[in-house]
Amino acid sequence: MLLNEENIDRKRSKRNRFFEDISIGSFLAYRQVIRSNKATTALIIFVMTLTFLNLVVVSGILVGLIQGSINTVKDAYISDISVTVLNNKTNIENSPQIIKTIKAIPWVDSMTARYITGGKIEANYKTKIKVTDITDEVSTSIAGIDPTDEENVTKISRFLIDGEYFGPNDSDKIIIGSMLLKKYFPVESPGFATLSDAKVGDKVRITINGNTREMTIKGILKTKVDEVSRRVFIPEAEFRVLAGKTDYNVNEIAIKVKPNINPELVRDAIKMTGADKYAKIQTFDEAKPKFLNDLIDTFALLGNVVGSIGLVVASITIFIVIYINAITRRKFIGILKGIGIEGSAIKTAYVMQAIFYAIVGTIIGCLILFFILKPYFDANPIDFPFSDGILVATTSGVMIRVALLLIATIIAGYIPARIVVKQNTLDAILGR
Amino acid sequence: MIRANGIIKKFKTGDSELVVLKGLDLHVKKGEFLAITGRSGSGKSTLMYQLSLLDEPNAGEIFVDDVNILKLKNEDKTNFRLRELGFVFQDYALIPELNSIENVMLPLLMQGVDKKEAEKRAVVALEKVGLGDKLINLPSQLSGGQQQRVSIARAIGHNPKIIFADEPTANLDTETAKTVLEVFQELSKEGQTIVMVTHEKEYALVAHRVITLADGVITESIIGNNKYLG
Repeated sequence: MLLNEENIDRKRSKRNRFFEDISIGSFLAYRQVIRSNKATTALIIFVMTLTFLNLVVVSGILVGLIQGSINTVKDAYISDISVTVLNNKTNIENSPQIIKTIKAIPWVDSMTARYITGGKIEANYKTKIKVTDITDEVSTSIAGIDPTDEENVTKISRFLIDGEYFGPNDSDKIIIGSMLLKKYFPVESPGFATLSDAKVGDKVRITINGNTREMTIKGILKTKVDEVSRRVFIPEAEFRVLAGKTDYNVNEIAIKVKPNINPELVRDAIKMTGADKYAKIQTFDEAKPKFLNDLIDTFALLGNVVGSIGLVVASITIFIVIYINAITRRKFIGILKGIGIEGSAIKTAYVMQAIFYAIVGTIIGCLILFFILKPYFDANPIDFPFSDGILVATTSGVMIRVALLLIATIIAGYIPARIVVKQNTLDAILGR
Repeated sequence: MIRANGIIKKFKTGDSELVVLKGLDLHVKKGEFLAITGRSGSGKSTLMYQLSLLDEPNAGEIFVDDVNILKLKNEDKTNFRLRELGFVFQDYALIPELNSIENVMLPLLMQGVDKKEAEKRAVVALEKVGLGDKLINLPSQLSGGQQQRVSIARAIGHNPKIIFADEPTANLDTETAKTVLEVFQELSKEGQTIVMVTHEKEYALVAHRVITLADGVITESIIGNNKYLG
C-alpha cells in the first residue's frame, strides 16, 4: 500500500483525542505509580495528607474555637429556645400561663424558669473591725432558680468546681459563680469586682431590693459563659422572699427540646398561643449573640488565609515532585514522543499521577479527620479561656477544600510535565 | 519507498557552524534492508534522525511513498512516526515501569487499537523475536539482548512501513548481537523495510546494501550478502 496524504493525515477528532490521552495517560500513570519506589510514593502521599489536614484542621480549629464558645453558651445558658423579657418590660408577664403552655408541648424535654435581678453579696462583714475597713462586696446578677429544673436543662452541677449543688431540703444556701471570687478570677478591674475572701461554707450577706439575708456558699461553679459565672444562684422560693416578689413573673426561660426535634417547631407552637405578646421567643440561633457569628466569619477567613498558604505550599510540593520525576525521565519522555506517543497523553499521565497522589492523600486525610481528629477533639476539647475549642469540619467545607486541592494539583502537575514534554524530542532521547 | 534529495544538516557550535550532512541523496526501496555505516562523527545517526522525522534537515526533501514528509504538520509527523515507523535505539529505550508486553502494546494503544487486540498483537510480536516466555518481565529483569529484542518487538508490533535501528548492537556482546541481527534478517525476509545504522562493518553486511558515510557524504555503496558472517 502506498503512503499518501490521506493515509498519514488520519486526524483524530478532539473527542477521540481526549479519550485516547486519558486512556494512554492512565495506562502510563498507573504503572508508573505502582512500579515506582514505594517509599517515595508513600512520602508524597504523606505530604499530600499533611497538606490536606493543614487546609482543613487549621481553619477548623479556628472556627471551632468560636463554635465551642457557642456550644457552651447553648449548653450552659440559653439551651434550644430562649424566652426573655420584652425590651420595654422588666419581666415576662403572664409567666405562669406561658410556663404551663411550654410544659404541655410534647416536643419539650425540659425547661427552667429564672428570676433575675441585681443584688449585692458581701463576704467579710464578720471579720471587719473598723468602719474604715474596706467592705468585701460585689454587685452582681442574682438568679432565682428551681434547682431541679435548672439541672434538667443545663446540667449546671457539672460546672461545680468546689462544694455541692443544691439538695432538696437546702435553705439559705447559694451557688456562686467563680468570676465573683478573686481566687478564681484574679483580675483587678472596676468592671470585674470580686470577693477577696470567700469560699465554700462561708457565710455571706445577700441584699436584693434592700432586703438582706445571711446565706452560706454551698458551691462554686465555673463555666466559660460569663453571664453564668458572674451570677449567684438561689433557690426560687428564697429568692422570691428576699426580692419581695409577689407575682410569679420570671425573667428568663430556657427550654430544651427532645432529640431530633426542630426547635423552630416548638418556638412556633409557643408563639401560636400568643405568648410572644409577653416575651421574646427565640431559638438558640436567633438568640445567640450576633458578634459570635462575626467572629466565626473572621476566624474562618483567618483559617482560609492560613489554608491558602498551605495550598500554595502543596502546589509547589507537587510541582517539584512532578518536575523532578519528569526531568529524571526526560529521556523516556523523549522516547515516548519519538515512537509517536502524543505529548498531550504524556502530560495527562503526569497530571493523573499528581491527581492520584492528591486523591489518596485526601482520602487518608479524611479518614484521619473524621475517624481520629474530630472524635478526639469532640471528646477532648481544647481548653481555651473563653471556650472549649472543638474541630469544626463540615462535609461541604471539606469538599470545597478537596476541590481546591485537586485544582491546585492538576495545575501543579501539568506545568512541569508541559515544560519537560515541550523539549526537543531528539535532544531528550540523546540526553543533550 | 524512501527518497531523500539534497539533505543538508548543520549544527551551530558557538560562532562556528558544523555541516554534518552535505547535500546527501539516498533512495531506499520497499523491502530493502539498508545498513548505514561510517566512523564516529560521519553523520550516519544524523542521517537516520532526518529520515525518521526525529530531526529536521536545514535543506532537502524526503519522500516516503511520494509524500514529502518534511512538509507535514507537527501533529501529522507524530502520527506518521506512530503509524508508519518503528524505532530501535542503541540503549533499547524501553519504558522501565512497563513490562515487555506493555512496552510493545503502547504504540498500538496510542493508535486506538483495542486493549485486548493490542495485547494479542504484542504477544505475537514478542513471540516473533523469541521472547514468548518473557511477556511480563520488566526491562530490569531482562538481559541487554532480551531488552533489545523487546525494543524490536515494539518497533514491529504495529506493522510499520519502515524500521529505523540506531546502533542496535552497540551495547551487546557478539553472541547477543548475532541473535538481534538474526531477528532483523528474519524481518527482512518477510519484506520489512529496515534502515540500520551501525559502526561495525561486519554487522552491516547482513543488510542487502551497505552505504558508508564520511564527512557528510556517501563515500561507498556496496551490496551486502544479507547473511551474518559469524
